[in-house]
Amino acid sequence: MTNNLIPTLGVVTDIRVDTPDIKTFRVEKIGGGKCFEHEPGQCAMLSIPGVGEAMFSITSSPTVADHQEFSIKKCGCLTSWLHLMEPGQQITIRGPYGKPFPVDTELKGKDLLFIAGGVGLAPLHSVINYCLAKRENYGKIDVVYGSRSKDDLLTIDEIQNEWMKPENDLDVHLTIDRAQEGWDGHVGFVPNYVTELGFDPNKCVLVCGPPIMIKFVLQALDGLGFQKDQIYTTLELRMKCGIGKCGRCNIGDKYVCKDGPVFRFDQLDELPNEY
Amino acid sequence: MIERARELLASGEVNRVLAWEKGENDFDRTPAVFTADNVDSLVYDGLCGPNLSKYLVGEMEKEGKILVFLKPCDSYSYNQLATEHRIDLEKVVPIAVGCRGKIDVEKLRAKGIKGILSVTEDGDKLLVKTLYGDAVVENRKEVLLDKCLACKGKEHVVECEVIGESEDTTEGDKFGIVAKLEAMTPDERFAFWRGELSKCIRCNACRNVCPACSCVKCVFDNPNTGVANKAAADDFEENMFHIIRAFHVAGRCTDCGECSRVCPQHIPLHLLNRKFIKDINEIYGGYQAGAEIGQRHPLENFDKGDCEPSVVHVRGGARK
Amino acid sequence: MKKISLNALGALFAKIASTMKLYAPIEKAGQVDFYEWNESEKVRLDVLKTVKSAKDVFFPQVEDLLKFRVEGKSIEMNEAPKCEDDFVVFGVRGCDARSFELLDRVFLVDPRDEFYAARRAHGIIVTLACGAPEESCFCTNFGIDPANPGGDASAWIVGEELYIEPHTERGAALIADLEDADASSVEAAKKEISAIAERLPFANLDLTGFDGEHLMEKFDDPAWERLSKACLGCGTCTFVCPTCQCYDIRDFDTGHGVTRYRCWDSCMYSDFTLMAAENSRHTQLQRFRQRFMHKLVYFPSNNDGLYSCVGCGRCVAKCPQNLNIVKVIKALGGKKA
Repeated sequence: MTNNLIPTLGVVTDIRVDTPDIKTFRVEKIGGGKCFEHEPGQCAMLSIPGVGEAMFSITSSPTVADHQEFSIKKCGCLTSWLHLMEPGQQITIRGPYGKPFPVDTELKGKDLLFIAGGVGLAPLHSVINYCLAKRENYGKIDVVYGSRSKDDLLTIDEIQNEWMKPENDLDVHLTIDRAQEGWDGHVGFVPNYVTELGFDPNKCVLVCGPPIMIKFVLQALDGLGFQKDQIYTTLELRMKCGIGKCGRCNIGDKYVCKDGPVFRFDQLDELPNEY
Repeated sequence: MIERARELLASGEVNRVLAWEKGENDFDRTPAVFTADNVDSLVYDGLCGPNLSKYLVGEMEKEGKILVFLKPCDSYSYNQLATEHRIDLEKVVPIAVGCRGKIDVEKLRAKGIKGILSVTEDGDKLLVKTLYGDAVVENRKEVLLDKCLACKGKEHVVECEVIGESEDTTEGDKFGIVAKLEAMTPDERFAFWRGELSKCIRCNACRNVCPACSCVKCVFDNPNTGVANKAAADDFEENMFHIIRAFHVAGRCTDCGECSRVCPQHIPLHLLNRKFIKDINEIYGGYQAGAEIGQRHPLENFDKGDCEPSVVHVRGGARK
Repeated sequence: MKKISLNALGALFAKIASTMKLYAPIEKAGQVDFYEWNESEKVRLDVLKTVKSAKDVFFPQVEDLLKFRVEGKSIEMNEAPKCEDDFVVFGVRGCDARSFELLDRVFLVDPRDEFYAARRAHGIIVTLACGAPEESCFCTNFGIDPANPGGDASAWIVGEELYIEPHTERGAALIADLEDADASSVEAAKKEISAIAERLPFANLDLTGFDGEHLMEKFDDPAWERLSKACLGCGTCTFVCPTCQCYDIRDFDTGHGVTRYRCWDSCMYSDFTLMAAENSRHTQLQRFRQRFMHKLVYFPSNNDGLYSCVGCGRCVAKCPQNLNIVKVIKALGGKKA
């Protein structure tokens, strides 16, 4: 019987600097290969012994064969330590946790609109790459992605060199908060850009970003005629166990680690607003 | 009291009242904030043990003035908090209320009285109704809270309107029990405190109720300190918690005794604080935290009469 | 039915303890809690409620999960041992015995908590009927019978005798050597207990409306403001509660390595939901509401209507400012909206 609270050892085989405060860590099991299989939107607990353990969304697509990636923003104690790591460092990992985005059920065959802000692209990145790998299962795909500045855009190389390839039939709409030298793209906040772009409300929307962005994106989508049961997001709460027992991520009768982190907004409406 | 509270609310001088209300049991008393709508459920009697002063800290963020009723011993905490600028005197209207010592229901239980339904005062007598028949306690002084056994006296130290009479609840030497601890050998004393502190469940009730523990963020709650903890990581940790806390409030602790009142394990925490008070009195001369607003306590003050540091650690280092 | 004189209990305990660990209500520094028994300990079966509930025995306040040694870039990891031997917990009241079943619904559902599961599999529970229920008791609201407390065996104190009725083979094996007894005096004692239970002040609480159907109505009730006003934000209610099961996982650097342990946590604490960036419950009102909503609404919504409260009354007796679940039930219960 595996013990759910006991992690396995993993090794960080590659560290990519994405932005001034976001790095992407490639994790494999010792000796190579994936630590476990996962689905898009699921999370895992990473830990440095003596520093702590925390839940991170898995950034890489399940279709990547030999490793998992985590894009992590430096904002607390553990993340600061992670940012100090060098390749070859062992860490502990356990997972996968949570329910994924319904990529093979509710989202299948639909036009998809991804809306992300800042490091909020991390969980959606996994879904976008999964959809590109199974492109025939989905209709039109749009991605609206915004950040504070051009330097804060995550995986910009991949976005420009991979996602934007014509054969992917995927439109990426980038924006940054304030005008900046060397940026000739759109300037403005994500919610306003969504309104400007004016999407057809027959799509399923996957949105992830800071709470304030999500709040205004919802208003923008409402203005365009989207219904709440078309919009998905992922919640982030403090977690310790990852298996719905320690009580931290409990909101209403749901546990974000077990029943989430992916929720549809009509489901969230039935829960207390404590996220 | 209700009458006076209603007048002050009606005149607009205050917009709310901090006092006590009855809890679910007939003998429970809970701190509560009243407005004109519910001020009639205000209760004040021999069961109102809780010290209200610290609740004022949270009330300072709100608009308008608040009326607070202060027992003589609570008035010390009030002054101390005012000294530390944690309460704004412009936003509070204090009224002193009489006190003859407060009853400790736990001490009634310790007398073997089970299934208590109500406690009624009749002069010095207590009539206790229980599930298993009635009981009488002849002298209420037998069952007063520990803090009342070391009463600082019936004087209110806040100059304000007074309602009701107070009486001293004890004539005993309040440091007698500390002297007993001092008379133990170090091993005995260590065993005593290990026995008591090992019961600690780290609920933090002592810290959270303590008017001297008014830090906005406690070091033990701050994950960045490296000492934050929820439980004893080793079997000595809870001892350290209480000792550190006692050090931190030394000189500012008014000896209100709430720490011991709230402890679910009945650990006599106030004895740690009282030891500090006794030492401060002996080394730097008599000092009572909260006796007046604006005092500097001996540990943050210096005068030429202070004994030399080399003398401080000599037991009984008298002021020279 | 078996019986043993209360005076001879020490011998029974010694016999049990000769083959396995025995936990019982034991007095230390004036307070009674469940501790491991040895001959020098003072057992207090006369005390109705231990300060902490008996849950420690299966879900200890602090327990190690694993140990690490970190050298350079490598980590060595060793899982803490799980309980492998049978043990007895003696003198558990009916409320605490029920609480184990509620904890099972958290820890034994998939994905299972292996540390808890191991202890649960090895624990033999001898319960004790409540001779004299107290004013704070309200277990009968949750279908618990203080006269028939369940477990592997149940005990009743009648006069100077302890009567024990086994319910399982493991219970029967513990007391096989005791003399057989006539059950009639126990029947009389049960009737007395039931008569008192009916007269308890909180015997008839109205729990109407506490269910998943009325989740948001209960959440939005304006009464929470008043109810939570005096809450100190301490963890007393949580830590004395038999059903509170939230925990924290922390690392402790021992100087020779790192120990990862888990310990009880409290949703009443300000840092319970604190993340690096924000805190989803930033007022004491929200934290206070979470604790009672979880017991009375969220838990039943996920567990066939079962409340996560056994009416032991410890929070009633121990809250420093006399806030408790009974007050909440009375304020919010009895209505659907």
